[in-house]
Amino acid sequence: MSTIRVLVGTKKGAFILTADGRRKDWQVSGPHFAGWEMYHLKGSAVDPNRIYASQSSGWFGQIIQRSDDGGRTWNTPGSSAEELKGPEGMPKGESNKFVYAGEAGTHKWYDGSQHPWEFKRVWHIEPSLTDPDTAYAGVEDAAIFKTTDGGKTWRELPGLRHTKGNLWQPGAGGMAVHTILLDPKNEQRIYVAISAGGAFRTDDGGKTWKPITRGLKSPYELPDPDAEVGHCVHRMALHPARPDVLFMQKHWDVLRTDNAGDQWNEVSGNLPTDFGFPIDVHAHEPETIYVVPITSDSLHYPPEGKLRVYRSKTGGNEWEPLGKGLPQKDCYVNVLRDAMAVDSLDECGIYFGTTGGQVYCSADSGDSWNPIVRDLPAVYSVEVQTLR
Amino acid sequence: MIRVVLPFHLRNLAHVDGEVELDLAAPVTIAAVLAALEARHPVLRGTIREHGTLKRRPFVRYFACKEDLSLESPETPLPAEVVSGQEPFLIVGAMAGG
Repeated sequence: MSTIRVLVGTKKGAFILTADGRRKDWQVSGPHFAGWEMYHLKGSAVDPNRIYASQSSGWFGQIIQRSDDGGRTWNTPGSSAEELKGPEGMPKGESNKFVYAGEAGTHKWYDGSQHPWEFKRVWHIEPSLTDPDTAYAGVEDAAIFKTTDGGKTWRELPGLRHTKGNLWQPGAGGMAVHTILLDPKNEQRIYVAISAGGAFRTDDGGKTWKPITRGLKSPYELPDPDAEVGHCVHRMALHPARPDVLFMQKHWDVLRTDNAGDQWNEVSGNLPTDFGFPIDVHAHEPETIYVVPITSDSLHYPPEGKLRVYRSKTGGNEWEPLGKGLPQKDCYVNVLRDAMAVDSLDECGIYFGTTGGQVYCSADSGDSWNPIVRDLPAVYSVEVQTLR
Repeated sequence: MIRVVLPFHLRNLAHVDGEVELDLAAPVTIAAVLAALEARHPVLRGTIREHGTLKRRPFVRYFACKEDLSLESPETPLPAEVVSGQEPFLIVGAMAGG
């Protein structure tokens, strides 16, 4: 029988939740890296036992951790004592060295002035779809880095920041690359999203990028609502079978594109509010998508204190609330942008974590929900591995 | 022999129990101690002082002999009591409460 492994990053450590394909009885492992902020953990599609994790602290900065045994043990790539004996000689301890390429330059600051780029942390790690030693890191201040040696060293793909980066501006949560989508049909194509820089696409493996924001409107956030860059994109998602179709949860508005971002159209439809953070796609139905509506940019909790996922089976516009098993009164948690994921079992499982420390699982595509855990620290990220 | 005391999270990160003991040739400065510490435990690079600039991270402090040495030049020689091992060199996570 298949095994499901849920990788949970929280404000105070990482947790690994495992169950068999029935998804009823869960084992909880953790906290790993107790006391550290774990922004994101993600496993390689090629080698599921290879997991990358972003560990950070306001005191001690960024650490990259890697597991090669499914999360049982971890190491900081290139820093272990064993590598003292290796042919490369003394370990350099550079797995946490994220230095912008060339002159770091400046971006727009809160007061409209230009501010130097300053690395703060890794928000998201996206392992390659074909090579376990290759992965991309989305960082704050917004940039994308790449490793090809299993995380020992990272180098920036600076073309992204050269795409009008001087006009990007942090929102209240900072300015970070939080979404990295790899096109499974075209290794050269990568999508990224930035709060608050917008959405971008490369078709040459990261050398050059272009904004993909036509159709986005941000009348309450930008002086020019149709600006090419600067939109506060909260999350994007795609189905691997149709990588030209993207879905987006923006600060306000849910949108889709059918041509790799060249034109976006709003599909908020009958949502009670189109503000929110995560968005995801059903594993087997490319037109079935999920969002978690949040009251507003001023009130980061569900409308009416009812936690409801909304599902559209029509690729947007027509939405249905899914609240069975979720708290339907007095619930004032948030669901952050990286905190929703799906498994790929025949009956697709949907997972999300909350800032209140709950991780919920639906083993029936969202029709009903059960908490896996209720009292973790605030959940930053949820990723799911389906192990067969 | 220099005795270095790490904060909880860095002890865990470096898999260190108790103090780290370092043998250094004179002159024993803050920078020399940190360089030797990072050579012994490469995982600590970037966690106490930044990569490249080697600037102390803002919420890390250096204490020794009841003095705060955080704002001293990295080339400042450490007190004789630290150099002799009588007193430890403390690397401390700055207070942040609330």
